[in-house]
Formats: sequence, structure tokens, C-alpha cells
Amino acid sequence: MRGQPRRRDPGIPLPLLVPAVAAVTFLVLPLVALLIRTPWSDLATQLTLPGVGQALRLSLLSASLATAVSLVLGVPLAWVLARSRIRGRGVLRALVTVPLVLPPVVGGVALFLVLGRQGILGRWLDETFGLTIPFTTTAVVIAETFVAMPFLVISVEGALRAADARYEEAAATLGADRWTTFRRVTLPLVAPGIAAGAVLCWARALGEFGATITFAGNFPGTTQTMPLAVYLALQRDPESAIVLSVVLLAVSLATLLALRGRWLGRAGAAP
Amino acid sequence: MSLDAAVRVQRGVLHVELDVHVEDGEVLAVLGPNGAGKSSLLRVLAGLLPPDGGRVEVDGEPWDDVAAGVHLPAHRRRLGMVFQDHLLFPHLTVTDNVAFGLRTRGAGRRESRAAAREWLARVELAEFGSRRPGELSGGQAQRVALARALAGEPALLLLDEPLSALDARTRLTVRAELRRHLGDFPGSTVLVTHDPVDAMALADRVLVVEEGRVVQAGPPGEVARRPRTDYVARLVGLSLLAGAGEGATVRLDGGGRVAVAEPASGSVFVAVRPESVALWPDPPHGSPRNVWPVRLVGATPHGATVRCELDGEVPLLADVTAAAFAELGLAPGAELWASVKASEVAVYER
Repeated sequence: MRGQPRRRDPGIPLPLLVPAVAAVTFLVLPLVALLIRTPWSDLATQLTLPGVGQALRLSLLSASLATAVSLVLGVPLAWVLARSRIRGRGVLRALVTVPLVLPPVVGGVALFLVLGRQGILGRWLDETFGLTIPFTTTAVVIAETFVAMPFLVISVEGALRAADARYEEAAATLGADRWTTFRRVTLPLVAPGIAAGAVLCWARALGEFGATITFAGNFPGTTQTMPLAVYLALQRDPESAIVLSVVLLAVSLATLLALRGRWLGRAGAAP
Repeated sequence: MSLDAAVRVQRGVLHVELDVHVEDGEVLAVLGPNGAGKSSLLRVLAGLLPPDGGRVEVDGEPWDDVAAGVHLPAHRRRLGMVFQDHLLFPHLTVTDNVAFGLRTRGAGRRESRAAAREWLARVELAEFGSRRPGELSGGQAQRVALARALAGEPALLLLDEPLSALDARTRLTVRAELRRHLGDFPGSTVLVTHDPVDAMALADRVLVVEEGRVVQAGPPGEVARRPRTDYVARLVGLSLLAGAGEGATVRLDGGGRVAVAEPASGSVFVAVRPESVALWPDPPHGSPRNVWPVRLVGATPHGATVRCELDGEVPLLADVTAAAFAELGLAPGAELWASVKASEVAVYER
């Protein structure tokens, strides 16, 4: 602290400063620990172990598929929530956001009740098509989509609400029906918001654990994603758990950087 | 071919009830203060706001008919609309913006772009086709918006405060250009504005709207010379007084008398131009027959002159030169005498 105040910051009150510092420490320290304990020397060998590559590939694939499904289904849903005047929109939004607050394990159980062999839809699928969903890679994608899609819906809805709806009116006066307007005007205008939502959704899907292990199980090669592999490894070989964790941390940080660019760069649809 | 509309729409506490008829090639200006219902009228005509009652008919084709349950959505109306802040699509090039309406109506990409370039040439922006709207000045953007609205060869052109977002100098050039294009446009045009200069310069006919109703209609010159409401009078810078004609004088409703050159009878309006009012520190002698004691209540610079707001038996506006203003030592509350020649007073039926 300087004696001569020169455009000095008014300062942070002590009762706020101390907890804030504690919070930062609390959030950062585990990550630091992770990096300190990483066996950097044999990182390469650990990473090339067959199980690691398999889990990583499966994770990336299933998270990307879950994001694709979320985009196809979630963007239209976001439009309905933001633009249509249907009744019960508030209830609809509440229903959509339930998976956000629901413990993922509960989500997994619920999915099981619908799509399990004895489930409402599952039994019919099994009897008619001989399709069994639980404990397959499809189940992984479904579990991840269930948990991650609301993130996309909420963020795209926000982008739609923030976008100037008068552009859509201008399009209507130029002969564009609502579908054409959506494709040629709305979608390009909210593209940054959709991208941000997709990244958020993808990151959430990548980290999914509870719903996946409940609904899809933990089978290496078909349903064992990175988080599951990390958990399992921790019981047997803590060192490889650390390596897997560092990989996930790297992927998360890359995601954050991508988001930061979107959010701080051209967040809106301004020309 | 023409626009024929009777629009009834409720916007909060405002009940809009406007009947509008515009011939082909005619430009109708709807002039009124903010919140008078002008924009609601335009949005109904555009199909963006379903009316609560009435009908809209263009070239004999019903676009809205509440009684018959007809409502043509905006995208199926043959119209072009120019918005106050242009609303060019920021993600499309200027050419693609102008081509947008042609593409949605089924024309191919190449032919739409060719037509769009032609329209850009007409608004003298041919070389700006590959730019984004964000790279244009306000005036250029508004000209592109005009080209975009006209490119679809609409039956009805709607202009929503098209010049009010522009700075004064740009407004002048864009207004001149707009005037030229409106002259060439074969369909009906409805221009909504709160600027009387726009209405005077661009319109064949003016509809003055206040609180959802038409308060005056007529050719621009007529409206400017003979305002019928205080709002219009203020807009065109006249003092408007209501009274009863008694031959060579008019007895004002608010008290006081005005001598007029033409004999008048019955209910009349008296309009006085601020520049024809002279101010004196003492009662003047001689020719002017209209002399009233007044009190200065406000003064605002108005070009090279000062516009003085005068209160008294006969409330008036007076324009005096800055020098005269200083010489008279005028301050709010000053007691003065105002005089106007009878020949300078316009009198017309109420």
C-alpha cells in the first residue's frame, strides 16, 4: 500500500476480502494439487495405455453426439420458448430446466424406468424391435443428452430473447414466412449464442457421471467414459486416475477458452 | 389500384380509429406526436399487428377484414417497409439484403442478385454491394433499406419515420433522394413521421393524427397555412387562436379581439405567423390596429432570431432579431406590447 493515494481503488472491505480469497484458494488449490502430483515423466506412456485412449475416444464421441442431438432438438425448443405465444410456456420452461437441478443419478434412474427392459417405452422397443438400450453406447448418449440439453436450451433461449425481434418483422415484410425467417435471419443472428450453448452443453456432457453410470453402466469400450474411468482408476491405480484427470482438465480449460472468446468477443449479434 | 383501410385497434389506453385512403402513386403522410397511434396504423397495414376491427384492402384485395375473419400474414402482403433504424440484416451483404425479398418470393439467387445490383445503382450505391450494413453510414444504410423495400415491386410502400434517425445534413440529401424515388413509385405510399418538414416535402396529402383520431386532413400547404389544432400550429410555427367572426374583427374564445383584413363570420380560426408580430416597450402609435399588452414567458433562439413566447389576453409567438431582443432588454416576465397588421392575420373557418 502506498502512502500517497493516487487514483486509489476504494479497496475491498475485510469481511468481503477474506472469504473471497478463501473461495479462490478453495477452487484453485485442488487443480494445483492435480498438476503437482501429475507424473509428467511417464505421462506419455500412461496416455498410450489402451484403456485411456478408448475411454477418451468414447467420451469425445458420446459428448459430441449428445451435443448434436441437443442442437437438433434443443434449438427448436428454445425458439418455441422464446418466440411462440403458446399457453403454458412458463410450465414448459420449468419442465425443461428440471434436469438442471435434478441429481444426475436420479435422471439415470428415471431414464431406466422409461427405456429399461421393463420401462414404459423400453419394453415396447424390446418386444417390437428387439432393441435394448441400457448398457449400450446409445444409453451413454441418451444419458448425456438428458443432462446437458437444458444448458443449451437455456442459453439459446437467452440469445433469442436478446436478439432484436424487429429483424424478424423486417423479414416478414420482405415476404419471408416464419420458417424462412428462422433459417435466414434468426439463426445467423443468434449463431454466437448457439455456439456458446453448444460448448456449454458439450462440456457438461463430457463430465457426465451419475446418469451415465446408472443408466449405461461401466463397460470398457462401450459405456466407460472418461469420468467413469477416472473413478474406477482411483480405486486401483491412483496415478493413472491423475493422468486421466489432467486430460479432462485440459479439455475443460480449452472449452473455457473457446467460450471466453465467444462471450467476450462478439457475444451479441451486433454488426 | 389503391389502399383503402379502416383501422380499429386498441393499444393500452389508446384507441386507434383511423380511416385511410391512398390512391396509386399518391404519398400520404401521417403526421402526429409520439403515441398518437401512427405506428400502430403502420403495423396493422403491414400485417404485423392484427387489428381489433375494420379492414385493409389493397388493389381490391382484402388483407384484413375482421368481420369476415380475414387476416393475411405480413409475408403474404405485397408490401415494402422502411424502418426508422433501417434494420438491414447485419449478417448479409448489402446486395443480399436487397435481394432478400426477391429470394423469399421465389426468384433464383443469380437473378435476385442482378436485380438487387440494379436497385443499388438506382440509389447510387452500386459500389457498396459487397459491404456489410455495419460498414455503411446512416444515410447510405437508409438508402439501401429503401432499395430493399422497393426491389420486391410492392403494391404498398410503408415508411416508418425513415429520416428521423439521421443527422440534419444527411436527412436533407436522403429526403431529396426519397422524394425522387417516391415520384417513380407506382403504388400507394404511407409515410409516418412527426417531422412536418418530411410531410411537406414528400407527401401529396397529410393526415394529422392525435390520440388515435384524424384531427386534420388535406394537402400539405393547406395544413401548414391553416392548422386546425395547437399541435399542428406549433409544428408549423404558427399561433393559433379560435374565435367568432364579427365582420372586420374576430372575438376570441379566450377573450380579446383581432382585427382581420377579410371579413369573417361564424366560428373561425385565426393564425398569426411569429415573424409578423412586432414587440414594443410602450404602446405603439399609428397604423397597426392589433395592439395587445403581453408578458414574455419564454424565449428560445431560433436561427438568427429569438422566438418569444407571449402570454396575455391574446397568447402569441413572436420572432425578433437577437439585436432587438437585446435592445429591448427582454427578460422573462417583461411587460410588453405586441402588434400585428390586420393584413398579416390569416382567418379561416373552424
